[in-house]
Amino acid sequence: MNNWKNFTKGFIKENPVFVLVLGMCPTLGVTTSAINGLGMGLATTFVLFGSNVVISLVKNFIPDKVRIPSFIVIIASFVTIIDLSMSAYVPDLYKSLGLFIPLIVVNCIVLGRAEAFASKNTIISSAIDGLGMGLGFSFALTLLGALRELLGAYSLFGHKFINTDGILVFVLAPGAFLGLAYLIAIMKRINK
Amino acid sequence: MAKKESTFLNMTLTLFVITAISALALASVYNLTKGPIENVKKQNLQNAIGVVVPDARKGNFDDFEQIVVKSSDGIGDITMYKVVVDNEFKGMAVKTFSMKGFGGIISVMVGFTPDGTIIDSDVLEHKETPGLGDKTSKNVSSWNEQFKGKNPDQFKLTVKKDGGDVDAITAATISSRAYCDALKRAYDTYINYLSANGQNSIENNVEPKDGGNK
Amino acid sequence: MGQNRLIVSLSPHDHAKDSVSKIMYGVVIAMIPALLVSVYFFGLDAIRVNLIAIAACIFFEWIIQKLLLKGELTITDGSAIVTGMLLAFNVPSNLPWWIIVIGALVSIGIGKMSFGGLGNNPFNPALVGRVFLLISFPVQMTSWPKVQVLNFAMTDAQTGATPLAIVKEGLKNGESFSSIINNLPTSYSDMFFGQMGGSLGEISAIALIIGGLYMLYRKIITWHIPVSIIATVAIFTGILYGINPDKYADPLFHLLTGGLMLGAIFMATDMVTSPMTAKGMIIYGVGIGIITVLIRVWGAYPEGVSFAILIMNAFTPLINYYVKPKRFGEIVKK
Repeated sequence: MNNWKNFTKGFIKENPVFVLVLGMCPTLGVTTSAINGLGMGLATTFVLFGSNVVISLVKNFIPDKVRIPSFIVIIASFVTIIDLSMSAYVPDLYKSLGLFIPLIVVNCIVLGRAEAFASKNTIISSAIDGLGMGLGFSFALTLLGALRELLGAYSLFGHKFINTDGILVFVLAPGAFLGLAYLIAIMKRINK
Repeated sequence: MAKKESTFLNMTLTLFVITAISALALASVYNLTKGPIENVKKQNLQNAIGVVVPDARKGNFDDFEQIVVKSSDGIGDITMYKVVVDNEFKGMAVKTFSMKGFGGIISVMVGFTPDGTIIDSDVLEHKETPGLGDKTSKNVSSWNEQFKGKNPDQFKLTVKKDGGDVDAITAATISSRAYCDALKRAYDTYINYLSANGQNSIENNVEPKDGGNK
Repeated sequence: MGQNRLIVSLSPHDHAKDSVSKIMYGVVIAMIPALLVSVYFFGLDAIRVNLIAIAACIFFEWIIQKLLLKGELTITDGSAIVTGMLLAFNVPSNLPWWIIVIGALVSIGIGKMSFGGLGNNPFNPALVGRVFLLISFPVQMTSWPKVQVLNFAMTDAQTGATPLAIVKEGLKNGESFSSIINNLPTSYSDMFFGQMGGSLGEISAIALIIGGLYMLYRKIITWHIPVSIIATVAIFTGILYGINPDKYADPLFHLLTGGLMLGAIFMATDMVTSPMTAKGMIIYGVGIGIITVLIRVWGAYPEGVSFAILIMNAFTPLINYYVKPKRFGEIVKK
């Protein structure tokens, strides 16, 4: 597989959110605004990239039977690194993402890519895969966050267009399901 | 290179090496971020105190005495920060709470003058509904401005529906009630503290230099 | 529904001479008494809300079928009119026009067309729209205008709470039910005829009952759903009232206020979203009654009929699966 294809597949063709429907917990939980979606997406991208690289690097040293615990330890280390760094340098974003940053550990995409891709491929292509998948995830979360912020608060990236309350249901949990459902429907149409 | 066999020794060794490397990496990141995280926490607290007792910005935050007392109704601890600038007791920033929020606990910071008048107040943490209950917070709406300069001695800290003096947020009466509940708890605790220690004794604690009182 | 499926069932086969449009226009006729009452109490605003809701529902159904689904146009079957009227019946008469249009878009677009149009929707479209609006615009959706008899000047009327909200508020503050009800400006007979705050179609119990009797006569609905809902609410609240008449409202109050009559007669009985057998309908009705009382008495909202109906809508396929009619001649297992 060529590298460019490997990189771009995460955006549309194998988008983790719209096509693979993985990582629903942060997708539904944090996308109340575009900036939250972007922050969460980039944090996950960091973890995906880091864990993919390290796992493909050490894949041959790890016995099969302790494969999953080793992957989890590696992933959890990267999550803790991003968790500490975010609380130190971007405290406001960290506060609004809250519990969802530590929860990246159990995000299916991360372990999924480690098991399905990084443990079988070279470092370069694992790195590209992690980056592409992570950015595809960020793209999906930002899109959903922007949609919900636009409809739910009439603003985008904190910039308010109309100074009233929006259609509140979109910043609440049901709005995440509605928005995701229609985005998936549109993506299906585009992919066809 | 062939995969390693899953023998007991191999597995133990691999896991040991991986966890050891992780621990090392995490320890160094922790050391690196420890300072900034503490700074952020301190900055947040200082900002919160500065909002509710603006005089605090003129003083040195590290000098403010931190007092932890049981709340007036005994259901939790309340932290008070005594704002003293140039040896003058300017007010008390009280970190209070209410369990009656629509989404659980609401944490509120409120500043009182020495005689118990509310200087200002704001929400620190909440889980209220966006667009409704979150209007208790200053960065969403100006609802909590109505408490400015009110003394709970005369100003009844309950919503008008319940016979008080507070205009509730439309369609968010529960959050408004919780906010009032938090302020009331702070006021009662503060007054209890004053009467236990004596208002004068508080001011006398501070070494009077040039007219320590206002 | 299922035009391409030829299902051969057991005889006797008899054509009932019903059609979708015949049933839908029957429902429209049945809603007219309640519409007249709402005009009597809320003035021209009631007509305004109804016209906007109907026009928007028909428009969205037409445009979605034409541009997105590219299928057969079925806007003449009257179902969009029924959805529009039911949506209008479920909102306050002073609702801004753009909120009504959003409600219509949600009803038709999300509630109905996303699932494939009439017959495929699991939830009652008008209620989907109504609940969407209630959660999205809580301020506008709960500012009920005070009733003014035959006031046709389109002035901004005062707003107030519904009796249900007043009683719930009072009970929460520890007042006794009898003292709250004595302070209410509306007597039980006012409530029966519709002189109280509320959504524009739900206020008059008598007008809704007349409409319900008409639909029973025309065999558009059967008695099972409305009667089981109303009986369940009456019995459940009766037990609570019997336990402590100070802390709980009496059954008659629960029957006459809020959207219970409108929900039980017009919305729970929607053919597409309710069970098919008599036994299933009764299970469904009892479920709606219980959930309604649970929300009214212990929930965060003062009114729970729409939530209750939507929740039981979700159970309808399950009820249909387990409660099947017996085949003619089937031997009952002992």
